[in-house]
Parts: sequence; structure tokens; C-alpha cells
Amino acid sequence: MKDFPFLSVLTLLPLVGALVVAFIPRSKAELAKLVAFGWSILVLVLSVFMWIAYSVGGDRFQFHESYAWIPAWGANFTFAADGIALVMLMLIAILFPIVLLASWHDVDQSTRSAPAYFALLLVFEFTMIGVFAAADVFLFYVFFEIMLIPMYFIIGSFGSGQKQYAAVKFFLYSLVGGLFMLASVIGLWVVGGKTFDFAALAAVAGDLDTDTARWLFLGFFVAFAIKAPFFPFHTWLPDSGGAAPAGAAALLVGVMDKVGTFGILRYCLSLFPEASRWFAPAAMALAVIGIIYAALLAVGQNDLKRLVSYTSIAHFGFIGIGIFAFTTQAGTGAVLYMVNHGLATGLLFIVVGMFVARRGSSLVSDFGGAGKLMPVLAGVLFFAGLASLALPGTAPFVSEFLVLIGTFSTNKGYAVVATLGIVLAAAYVLWMIQRTTQGTLNPALTEVPAMSKDITLREKAVVAPLIALLLVLGFYPKPVTDVINPAVQATMQDVGVKDPVPTVEAGGKVGG
Amino acid sequence: MEPLKLPPIEYGALLPMLILFGAACAGIVVEIVVPKRARNVVQLVLALLAVTASLTAVVLARDVRTVTIGGAVAVDGPTLFLQGAILVLGGVSLLLIGERSIERGGAFVAQAAVTVGSQKDTRQATSPGATEVYPLSVFALGGMLLFVAANDLLTMFVALEVFSLPLYLLCALARRRRLLSQEAALKYFLLGSYASAFFLFGVAFIYGFSGGIQLSVVHEAVANPQRSEVLLFVGLAMIAIGLLFKAALAPFHVWTPDVYQGAPTPITAFMAACTKVAAFGALLRVLYVAFEGVRWNFQPVLGVIAILTMFVGAILAVTQTDLKRLLAYSSIANAGYLLVGVLALNESGLSGTMFYLVAYGFSILAAFAIISLVRDSDGEATHLSRWAGIGRKSPLLAGVFTFILLTFAGIPLTSGFTSKFAVFGAAVEGGQTWLVVFGVISSMLLAFPYLRVVVLMWLSEPGETTPAVSIPGFLTSAVLALGVIVTVALGVVPAPLIDLTREAAEFVR
Repeated sequence: MKDFPFLSVLTLLPLVGALVVAFIPRSKAELAKLVAFGWSILVLVLSVFMWIAYSVGGDRFQFHESYAWIPAWGANFTFAADGIALVMLMLIAILFPIVLLASWHDVDQSTRSAPAYFALLLVFEFTMIGVFAAADVFLFYVFFEIMLIPMYFIIGSFGSGQKQYAAVKFFLYSLVGGLFMLASVIGLWVVGGKTFDFAALAAVAGDLDTDTARWLFLGFFVAFAIKAPFFPFHTWLPDSGGAAPAGAAALLVGVMDKVGTFGILRYCLSLFPEASRWFAPAAMALAVIGIIYAALLAVGQNDLKRLVSYTSIAHFGFIGIGIFAFTTQAGTGAVLYMVNHGLATGLLFIVVGMFVARRGSSLVSDFGGAGKLMPVLAGVLFFAGLASLALPGTAPFVSEFLVLIGTFSTNKGYAVVATLGIVLAAAYVLWMIQRTTQGTLNPALTEVPAMSKDITLREKAVVAPLIALLLVLGFYPKPVTDVINPAVQATMQDVGVKDPVPTVEAGGKVGG
Repeated sequence: MEPLKLPPIEYGALLPMLILFGAACAGIVVEIVVPKRARNVVQLVLALLAVTASLTAVVLARDVRTVTIGGAVAVDGPTLFLQGAILVLGGVSLLLIGERSIERGGAFVAQAAVTVGSQKDTRQATSPGATEVYPLSVFALGGMLLFVAANDLLTMFVALEVFSLPLYLLCALARRRRLLSQEAALKYFLLGSYASAFFLFGVAFIYGFSGGIQLSVVHEAVANPQRSEVLLFVGLAMIAIGLLFKAALAPFHVWTPDVYQGAPTPITAFMAACTKVAAFGALLRVLYVAFEGVRWNFQPVLGVIAILTMFVGAILAVTQTDLKRLLAYSSIANAGYLLVGVLALNESGLSGTMFYLVAYGFSILAAFAIISLVRDSDGEATHLSRWAGIGRKSPLLAGVFTFILLTFAGIPLTSGFTSKFAVFGAAVEGGQTWLVVFGVISSMLLAFPYLRVVVLMWLSEPGETTPAVSIPGFLTSAVLALGVIVTVALGVVPAPLIDLTREAAEFVR
């Protein structure tokens, strides 16, 4: 099974599905949805097989495939996955069917075509898998850029509110980052000996001229910082998250933004180790500012979707300090955070979407006491909120804890300030839940018939797997950390840092 | 007195040009002999046959590397590649020029001076229109072929005039918005004449400096200057002005928006695709063959011009409300990117620029083909506001146009990305990283106007005034299909064309 070309098949499969779905006529919308959902399940099944085929503790990069593309430039279709990419691919494969199911009725009321929406989502899955599976810098860049296009149309055509503004802002921000990266890609190609192969470039990473490497690092870093997003490049996310349909927003923050943090880990750190160390304090500072700043803004939001977007920015700050703390613990925590955040925030966005779809508004002030009408759905929102504030017992707690202790061993100050973010997280989540589902019933809600309809069977099927995963990974994250850990160790080795030796005499073992 | 000795002539190497000039003359005879009714078909077939024959001659001569007619014409890799590119793009433009099914008589009118709405004009509107556009276009194509092959500065000047004069005329022949068209033609003619005069004056200076007009003689004189270098630099500057004008580089670009907007759309497409190839072909030859020795002197100056061009094009494109003008400014910015490739002054720069020219030519042809389809009772509806919501009415057309715009924005998997990569990569390799940084920044600016059009087409609600989209005739459909297929192919599998440009990337002296 190891020889099966998992990554290329996995990448192309959703694209084929998208073509099939796109050609289903509008009048057969239900068929299109079923085909799209079935296709995403197919991708999931294949991913599960890949997960089984992956040998934990084996080579750093597995499932390596390479096909010639543009020989004159040394660009190839090279795919390979390390542990970090593998867990992200798994996250994508799990989230897509869930989001498709959650978006079932998103376009029923609008004048837009449902097959087009589901086809776009599958195209988006194709670009997402491609970007994580690529092991050729050129190929990575290609996927990095084209993923904008499906998301642009999803936000612009199927969103709500200021969707045009949000779509254009999203596209331009990402494109600006992408073009900075293009300049760096070209520079790297020239100084790296006219090759795009990740392994070959990583091998010469130490020989680069210091100044050149720092400039090149900056080009990549800006692109990834915009994508993630880190403060101060974050302003597009609340707009996009607020305007996108809830399911797409879940993918936006749950999967697509991870490309930024993944890119930093894979490309910035491994290809420019010296520059990474040099820029680390600045990057940590940005990340910590992001944690506090975004959390404060989240507290003040009156729009549910924008609020969740801001919480994401705060979480990305945690991932950022985890990456730049340069300890295996913090790095593993950061990658685990990427997975858990995808699950937790994905769930939060989807549940918020269910609320918004019923109420027809995403303003917090339009709710109030909704739990009295829909106790179960309110309970799910409560759980999603708790998971997202990293309550012990839910998966995000493990990762947040790992990041903080890993950071504490090298950067005490940052770790202490970041911990304040946890307090603020409790504030924005709990206050949001209090204002929407608790307290006295907002009389306006009783006039909306949909509001008294509690969670449906389809919605249960949507949230159940996410809740289950959050709990399981909260208690037993080992299967995932075992995959992540060697990859992070290899990355830290690329950067050239060693984990600090514990100075405490007693043999108290720290962390998971 | 010594008897005049005729230089040996290799007719095989000149065959592509001879075929076109012959066919253009035959086209004039056709105008006289063939009855009006059949003229259009005969002319179109004749022109296409000539282009095909000429292209065949280029392909057959693919291994020829020679300098002939006493050093006036050089046939080498870049010559043959660029001639091939001009012929292919020219052939595709001829299809657009020959389109008659969208509007009776096509985009051209025989007597533009006739008062609009008069009885004579009504008669004219029912007649098949101006068929002299075919011989004129073929003359222009022939001139372009010679322009990229010219190995001495006087031949280059003659070729410049041979392809410019028909273009001036063609610009004035628009059926709709005639005043705009005539104004454009006059502007183009006057400014073009000034540019030609500069070029000629520059040639005189270079002759004074090197004692010859052949590029190889100039090359040697540059290496071992016998006379004041002031002559060299003044001459080089003036020659450059002439060429930069044709290539539409800032600050010699001001004619471009007016001419692109006023000219009949097929002619605009023809100019945007073929003139650009010809102008950059000549610029490449002059800089790489003759003046390579003073690269340190002209590289910074032209670098500033490249940056200026990219930014003027990108910033002014943002403010445009007319699609043809928007594309004109975008083509100015693209000329800036091309110049970045030229200034790499290495083999990758040469091959990258040639790749870019072909890729851009096909995309811009497709873009103008689409513009010719969106019309109302007054002809083409090029104002941006009229395109609102057109994606709902004709998703296929809007989809194709979106794709072309994404190409211009340089999104991967389109030829726009691979070609940008080719020139930027060459420039970094040639030590011109600063140009690439500015190029990348201007690309960011330039993405905005394209995106605005995409938003308008798809995300805006269709208004009352959203015009109808004509069903494309066979010829326009062919152009669109070709443009899109080539754009995708060069974006996804660019390797064959890249290899071809690399094999061709060597000048003879």
C-alpha cells in the first residue's frame, strides 16, 4: 500500500469531483450536493488509508512522488508529506464532508446555483490538498495562489453583507502576500542553483548569504503572515469571515489560514534557518500582540461571525509563538494547535452558522435567551465555545498547554503575556454565549418561527464527529502527537536549535 | 569609378517577407479586379494563405543562421522565432479583422469621411465595407517581419515605416465612433512621425560615431571607440526613443490609450499583439547586438524607464472607466515587464522576453475579441458600468474574460504567470533584482483594476443597460478558442515553448 501514489491521487480527486458536480444542471441541485458529499467522503476514505500507510517514526518525508513539469526551470510535480503535512491533510479530509453537509441548504434560498457552490468547494479542497502535499516550491506557490480563486467566488457570490468588499479585500491581501513570495521564490531559485525541489533547497540552506537569506525569508514570511493572519496583516479576516457563508468561513479559518503557519514551519524555518532565528523575536512579538489585540477586539464584537474570526486571530498568535519558540514541545504544540483549532473553530463557525441561518442575522444583539427555544443547539454552541477557549478535557487545551510550557522554557516573558490571552478568551467566549443563549428571552426571537426549531438530524450528523474528535483528542492526543513530533524535531534540527536542557534537578516530566 | 557590385542575396532566408509583400501587392490587384461582392472572401483567403505560406517558409528556414543582402538582414534564432510569432499572432488577428457576422461590413468602413446618417452613409452601411484592410494588414505584417530581421539601422528604419504607415491608416477606418477613430489615427501618425524622426536622427549620430550603420560595425565601434562617445550616447538615446515609442514605454506611451480606444477593435488587437512583438524584437536586437558593450550605461536608464512604465500603466489602469483604455494601460504595464526581461541582458532574458511576447499576444487577442462581442445599438459597449452583471446573462463569455483577466494578473496555471516568471527570473539572474522588486509591487497594483472588472461582471446585479452579447461568428470563436487554449497550455505545460525560445536565443552578428 505504501507504493500507491496517495498524494497525487488525493490532490486530483476533488478536482475531478468538482468538474463532475459543475456539469450537473441547476435543476438537479440535490443530486449535485449528494455527488459532492460522496466525493468528499471518498477523499476522506483515501486519506484514512494514507494515514494507515504512513509509518510513524519512518522517513521524514513519505509518499514521495515526482513528475517532470518544466525541465528548463527545474520545476517538477513533486509531492511528499511529513508528519505535519499528514495531519493537516487529514484535517482537510475530515472537515470538508462535514462542511458540505453543514452547507446543504446554504444556497437554497438564493438566486445562485447550488451545483456551482458545491463545485467551488471541491475546487477549494483540491487547492488545499495540493498546497499541503507539494514538496516543490514552485508547485507550492502555484497552489498557494490559485486557492484564492475558489474562495474569492465563494465569498463574493454566496456570502452575505458586504460580500463584494470582503471578497476583493481577501483577494488583494492574499495576492500582495503571494507576490512578495514570488519575488522570494525567484530569488531563492537563482541563489539555490535553479531548482525548486524542497529537499535540494533545504540542503543548501546553510550556504546562503546571510543578507540574501534574510530578505528572502521576509518575502515568504510576509506572505504567510498575511495568510495566517498575524497582527498587523489580519484586517481581511474579520471581513471575509463575516461575509463568507458559515461553512466556507469554517474552512477559511480552519484550513486555509493554516497554510500560513504551515508555510512558516516548512519553508521559512527549513530554508532560511539563520534568518528564522534572527527574525524570531520580532515574529514572537507580533504573535503576542496579536493574541492580546485580537482577543480585546473579539470581546467588543457584536457580530457573531466577526467575533469568531477575531478569536481565530488570537489563536494564530498562540501558534505563532509556538513555532518561533524553537522547542520541540512548543513546535509540536503549535502543529497540534493547528489541528485542534481547525476542529474547534470549525465547529464554532458551523454552529454559529446554524444560529445565523435561523435568525437571519448574525448580530449578537438580535439574539438573547435563545437557549430557551433551542436547548440542544445552545448546548452545542456552549461546547464549541468551551473547546475554543481551551477548557481542559477538550483538545485545544493540550495544544495550548504544550505551546505555553514549550515557550516558557525559552521565552518566559512572552509566555507570561500570552497566558493573559487565555483569560481574555474566557471573557469573549463566555460573554458571547451569555448574550446569545442565556438570560431573558428576546421577545423578537419568538416571532421568528425558525428559532424554535432545535437541532435537526442533519445538523446532529454535522456536529457529532467534531465533538467526538475534540473530546478524544482532548484525552488521548498521542496518535496525532506521535506523527507530529518527529517532523517538528526534524524542522528544529533544520533551524539548528536544540531543546533547552531542563535545569530543574527533580525528574518531574513536563508536558505530554 | 568602381563598378557597383551587387551583394549576394539569399532568397530562401528572405522568402517569408517576400511572400507577404507579394501577397499584399496581389491584394491591391484584387481590389481592382474582383467584384465587390466576392472581394471580402477573396481578400481574407488570400491574406490567410500568404500568412500560412510565409509561416511555412519560416519553419523551413528554421536552421538558417546567416546575414545577407550586404549585412542588411540577419536571419538567426530570434529573427525566426519572432517572425513566426508575428505571423501566428497576425494570422489570428486577420481572423478578427475578417469577422463580418457580428456587424454587417465588419468593424471597418470604406469612407470614414462620409457624414454619419447621410444617404450616402446609409448606402455605405449596407455594402461589404473596406476590404483594403487586408492588403494593408499584410503590408504591416511584412514590415514587422523585416523589422525584427533588420541588421542595419537604415533597414530597420525602412521597416519601421513600412509597418507603421499601414497601421496609421487602419486606425482611422472604424465604422463606429469615427471621430474618435480619426483623432486616434492622426495622433498616432503625428507622434509616430516624431518618433521616427528621432530614430533617424539617432541613426545619423551612430553613423557619425561608428562610420557604419550595420549593427556589427556599431558593436565594434562601441568596443573600440574612435570618436567622441557623446555621439554614441546621443545616438543611442534617440534610437531608443524611436523604439520605446513603438513599444509604448513611458514616457513615450501617451498615444497608446487614445489609439487603442479609437482604433477598430480588431486593429487594436493586432497592434497590441503584433506591434509589441516587432518593437521588442528590434529593441532586443539593437541592445543585444549593437550596444551590448555599453550595457552599464544604458541599463540603469532603461531600468528607470521600465519602472516608470510599470507604475504608470498600473496606476492609471486603476482609474480607467473604459475597458479598451484599461487594457491599453495594462498593455503599457506589460511593456514594462517585457523591458525588465530585455534588461536582463542574458540568454534567459532573451528567451524569457520572447516567451512573454507570444503568451501575452494570445491573451490580449482573446481579450479584444471578447470586447468586440459586447455591443449595443451604438456598437461596442466598452464603458465599465455597462458590463455590470454580465456574468449572469452570458456566463461563458464572462468566464472566458475572467480567465483572461486572471492571466493578466499573473495567477498561476495561466500563461501570465509563467511569462512573468520567465522575465523576472531572468532579471534576477542578470543582477537586476531591483527591477523585479518594483515589478512585483506594480503587479499588486495592477491586480486591482482586473479584479474590479471581475467583481463587476459576476458580483454586481445586471442593470437595465447591460448590453446584449453578440453570438460570436465562426472567426471570432476561433480566435477566442485559440487564445484561451494557448493561454492555458502555456500556463500548465510551458516546457515546449520555453525549450523553443531557449534554442532560438542566440543572435548572429
